[in-house]
Amino acid sequence: MFHYIMRRVLIMIPTLIVISAVIFTIIKLPPGDYLSSYIETLRQSHEAVDEQKIAFLRAQFHLDEPAWRQYLYWVSGLIRGDLGYSALYDLPVSQVVGDKLLLTFIVSFSTIVFTWIVAFPIGVYSATHQYSVSDYGLTFLGFLGLATPNFLLALVLLYFANVHFGIAIGGLMEPKYLDAPWSVAKMVSVLQHLWIPVLVIGAAGTAGMIRRLRANLLDELQKQYFVTARAKGLSPFRALIKYPLRMSLNPFIADIGALLPHVISGAAVVSVVLSLPTTGPMLLDALRSQDMYLAGSFLMFMAALTVVGVFLSDLALAWLDPRIRLEGGVTR
Amino acid sequence: MIGSPRMVAETAERLPHYVAPEPFDPHSVEKMTAEQERYYLASQWRMMWWKLKRHRLAVISGAVLMVLYGSILISEFLAPYGLNSRHNDFIFAPPQHVHLFDNGRFVGPFVYGYDYRLDMKTLKRVYTVDFAKVEPLRFFCRGDGYWYWGLVESNIHLLCPADGGTAFLLGTDRLGRDMLSRILYGARISLTIGIVGISISFVIGLTLGGLAGYYGGWIDSLVQRLIEIIRSFPELPLWMALSAILPVNWSPLLVYFGITLILGMIDWTGLGRAVRSKLLALREEDFATAAMLMGAKPSRIITRHLLPSFMSHLIASATLSIPSMILGETALSFLGLGLRPPITSWGVLLNEAQNINVVALYPWLMLPVVPVIITVLAFNFLGDGLRDAADPYR
Repeated sequence: MFHYIMRRVLIMIPTLIVISAVIFTIIKLPPGDYLSSYIETLRQSHEAVDEQKIAFLRAQFHLDEPAWRQYLYWVSGLIRGDLGYSALYDLPVSQVVGDKLLLTFIVSFSTIVFTWIVAFPIGVYSATHQYSVSDYGLTFLGFLGLATPNFLLALVLLYFANVHFGIAIGGLMEPKYLDAPWSVAKMVSVLQHLWIPVLVIGAAGTAGMIRRLRANLLDELQKQYFVTARAKGLSPFRALIKYPLRMSLNPFIADIGALLPHVISGAAVVSVVLSLPTTGPMLLDALRSQDMYLAGSFLMFMAALTVVGVFLSDLALAWLDPRIRLEGGVTR
Repeated sequence: MIGSPRMVAETAERLPHYVAPEPFDPHSVEKMTAEQERYYLASQWRMMWWKLKRHRLAVISGAVLMVLYGSILISEFLAPYGLNSRHNDFIFAPPQHVHLFDNGRFVGPFVYGYDYRLDMKTLKRVYTVDFAKVEPLRFFCRGDGYWYWGLVESNIHLLCPADGGTAFLLGTDRLGRDMLSRILYGARISLTIGIVGISISFVIGLTLGGLAGYYGGWIDSLVQRLIEIIRSFPELPLWMALSAILPVNWSPLLVYFGITLILGMIDWTGLGRAVRSKLLALREEDFATAAMLMGAKPSRIITRHLLPSFMSHLIASATLSIPSMILGETALSFLGLGLRPPITSWGVLLNEAQNINVVALYPWLMLPVVPVIITVLAFNFLGDGLRDAADPYR
């Protein structure tokens, strides 16, 4: 087990390095940089160019040095927890993001928990009542959930809440808590608002999870050990709980790897529609105004969240399922 | 043995040696019915078609998709108005419903005209249905002029408003442009982007997955790592970042191809994995070894022997991944990072519905959602049916 963890960590580090290199390339790809366009705007509006500030920004971004040095500065900053400097907000990135990273984490985590809680009973029911009316109904609902882009679902939900109940359901907390420090009241307010984004972001993932759980369980239910268990006189429920259900639980853990990027992707767009104070809207702003350091830090945060999440899910899977080979698969 | 009584008896009444002159037909013993014969001799693709036919939903979805894709060939003809025809007197006009009877009198399909008034208190445009204005729809009529695919000039439409009347069946937008026409034109971009994107990801996935699966070794681990890295990016933010760096001064067509390239470049990983694992299993089969021993080159073994044996699976999984491309484009354009006007796609149309205040007042701006959901559902059902049919021998 120890060797397995070490191996996975050793794979994870180069992965993160490559990801950071890719993100840095994306940051650097647009012709020109924020600074030159900033100076250009100032010139056009005939405002005085603050030479001192320009020099400060120039030093902040190490613009006079070669690209690889800039990359090293950026990465070493990231490791030290220094996310760089946002030219758009004129503040260090870490001050701009505030508790947005934490809120992003809360929303993503709750969405995955929601997916589990909802998908599990529905998937089991759907598989044990195959081809019944309710199975067809649930299957159709699942497909509808898969087919509806979640930002559109958010829009439609907003519309109906607005028209039929006259309430605004956007946001993740009451406005008065937005800049307030964390307190119990703020936490409660967040929890009250959390269910809508969680529902919207989780819809597609839940639908997919139900489909997979159903398919897995159906496979297991046809196997001989289940028939034997039933033939020995085990009640259907006990037989189900005892063997096939445990077998079909694997995707719950293994799918976090597939689920997490989707959840984070979905959250990015949904939070724009629902105006959540998470990283999504800010990433969009940063990309639009080409404040690439801010955007790069967000991208890096999202990718790192995914990589670490997948790593943890792999560990959990290896611990849960003894059939998983811990040595690397050897191909010819 | 010579003295055995049986032998003696046989020699006594030996049958004359006889061979029928006509050629022997083994089927004459067990005669197959025409139906059986058709079944046993059917090709793989024919059997897949039979199996697919039994999946009712998949067939219906296939038909729906054919209608949708057929419509983009003749969008100009189907749309009642031109893509950019503005109607300044009918800004944000609500959808007009089609009626058949006016006061119990049969008129054929018609709409009631609108009376327009600006509410001075709220500054809201108020459209009231004027039941005196009966405006019968015209069919196969002359309306807004257009260049059919930019080549042939014409002005024939399937459906036009009455002379001097209007026919905004799905309402109008903030410039008084007909939503129905814009949705029909938008289909052209939204539907093709999935096909073009999947072709790109198909080529990349086949090549890289094929190399990894056939050669194994370090090529395999390289491709595997690449797939892992791409997969660990959250798709949409990466798409957003990549499309944000497309130069602003690119022409619409170039942006279109840029976006499809971005969509395809990120999406191939699933296909690549499927190809790799299938090839890993198949290259150990006897027929692959036989081809190798006969001196066939790897490219020939892959393309002529291995790929055809799981092409059907690939087509099924490609069908299942088209929706994610269509949704990706819609999301990007919705956020204003993907396609930009003057290109019109469903996502670009939805971009106008971004603000909840606008949507609450003019809900018909959300209508482009409907074709998106229909298309995605249809692709999902068809892909599901194809996947079941992909292995007809089971």
